[in-house]
Amino acid sequence: MSQKEIAGVTIDVDDSGYMSKFEDWSKEIATALAKENGIGELTPKHWEVIEYIQKEVQNGAALSIRKIGKSGVVDIKEFYSLFPDGPLKKATLISGVPKPSGCV
Amino acid sequence: MAESKDKIKKVSVICAKGSLEDVYAALVMTNGARMEGIEANLFFTFFGLDAITKKKMNKLHTATVGNPAMAMPGGLPFPTILGVLPGVEAGVSAMMRKGMDDLDIPPVEEFLDMINAAGGKIYGCKLAVDMFKLKREDMYDDMDSIITIGEFYEKAAGGQIIFT
Repeated sequence: MSQKEIAGVTIDVDDSGYMSKFEDWSKEIATALAKENGIGELTPKHWEVIEYIQKEVQNGAALSIRKIGKSGVVDIKEFYSLFPDGPLKKATLISGVPKPSGCV
Repeated sequence: MAESKDKIKKVSVICAKGSLEDVYAALVMTNGARMEGIEANLFFTFFGLDAITKKKMNKLHTATVGNPAMAMPGGLPFPTILGVLPGVEAGVSAMMRKGMDDLDIPPVEEFLDMINAAGGKIYGCKLAVDMFKLKREDMYDDMDSIITIGEFYEKAAGGQIIFT
């Protein structure tokens, strides 16, 4: 567990940089995390994916790329192009939810 | 967690066997690479070609004979003699596929679609395709191309090669 200064606030993060407390999450933090992780400006489509991920995690669901691809929000190809270089890892990090543990 | 700073940038996975578990090992490793932002090639050869042959791809089997890891559900030994009975291998394989589906592991064709959508490249081996007298239309539609071993090494250049 460590702390990190971002978007003018201090947040708790785990060893991989994932936010420890979802309550701390804000759109400003997400925007800053996106920049930091090479995603750039977040478009309305990015926000739709982030909202979907947050909703699924709050409902206790395990996330996978397959599931996101079937969500009706984005297909797998689009998901990879919105969040290049590790879409599930980056999208969950920006969404303020824990790092997914699945292998598929 | 200590992680090496030298990130793997590219992998090329070779799948030369057609049993369910060998094919899934190759699919999971290739898809897993793309999930991590690693460039990935998946090359099918010899019996591995079953995984990209339309008529066979969704009906792969696991061996019930000559498979020392084979066990009954619950862990009791699986007598080899059982494995030779008609329908046993098909039944065991269907159980494995069902078990994977429960874990959100997709069927072979959908897994290939995922790798393709993720930007992973899928290739068939020319020598094996000729040997098995396969035609392009018999094979997975989104396969990138049929290539020679020389072309495989060109595509694998600068990365790691994994033989499953």
